[in-house]
Amino acid sequence: MLPMSVPLIDYVALSSVIFFIGVAGVLVRRNPLIVLMSIELMFNAANLLFMAFARAWGNNAGHIFAFLVITVAAAEAAIGLAIVVTVFRTARHVDVDDVSLMKG
Amino acid sequence: MIAFSILAVMLLATAIWTISAKKPVYSVVALLAHFAALAATYLMLHAEFLAVIQLIVYSGAILILFLFVIALLSSGVAPFSVGPNKMPKLAVPAVVLALVALGALSYGVAHLAAPTVTATPGAAPLGPVGAADVFGSVADFGKALFTTYLLPFEITALVLMVAVIGVILLAGDRTPYVATEKQAREVRREMREAIVRGGDR
Repeated sequence: MLPMSVPLIDYVALSSVIFFIGVAGVLVRRNPLIVLMSIELMFNAANLLFMAFARAWGNNAGHIFAFLVITVAAAEAAIGLAIVVTVFRTARHVDVDDVSLMKG
Repeated sequence: MIAFSILAVMLLATAIWTISAKKPVYSVVALLAHFAALAATYLMLHAEFLAVIQLIVYSGAILILFLFVIALLSSGVAPFSVGPNKMPKLAVPAVVLALVALGALSYGVAHLAAPTVTATPGAAPLGPVGAADVFGSVADFGKALFTTYLLPFEITALVLMVAVIGVILLAGDRTPYVATEKQAREVRREMREAIVRGGDR
């Protein structure tokens, strides 16, 4: 591994704490927008880890992978928000506890 | 190390603020601060192109999309449910899970075997952020993206197209929602109740 000013383990610890803050948000909150934002937190924690390991090994494959993750996250956010809007149109309110039917 | 500590505190504080904010708009603001701190962290890790992409794509596109949906849903009705949470409180199990995962990951990294190859052959050397042809510079990133990783990059286009088609199918052209008088009265009653109880959750 290449020398780093901040040890790799610190980045791993930070990333895993942020990831599980996101998990807690998905489990505890029932506002679908905040659930989606928690999912974004988890994506970004994973990206931070990609960056840290790319830096540690001096290999930019991690950068490419994080770029692809950002693309998928953008697609996921768009589709998730479209689903929220669709549910809101039929039910006039949105609550992740109430959305249990897999049809309109 | 000092910069990393400040950024880590900012990242954790804004992440907790994101999941604990009462209104989704505050969550978006917290997430904006989180992404800004994350971009600074990426710069510390010599990932200058990804730092810029983080600001443009996340702060500029995804968060604005969230704001549009919040504005759309909040116009006229109380969109988010009020009253007690039907799910049991999962805060304690979630925190325990986080600590267990943290321990497992830390153990794993602490016992990493020393790599046999120190750097990828032909990889750009480390250098100051902003310099040309160093690790993580735009040229370095672009060269890798358009040569070695060309196929994943092309598949990205397919992913985005599928997402666009999916969004159009889900939320696209539809006959507008027409509320009957009874439904409108019901919505107004729910609004009044929501205002009395102080908004969502």
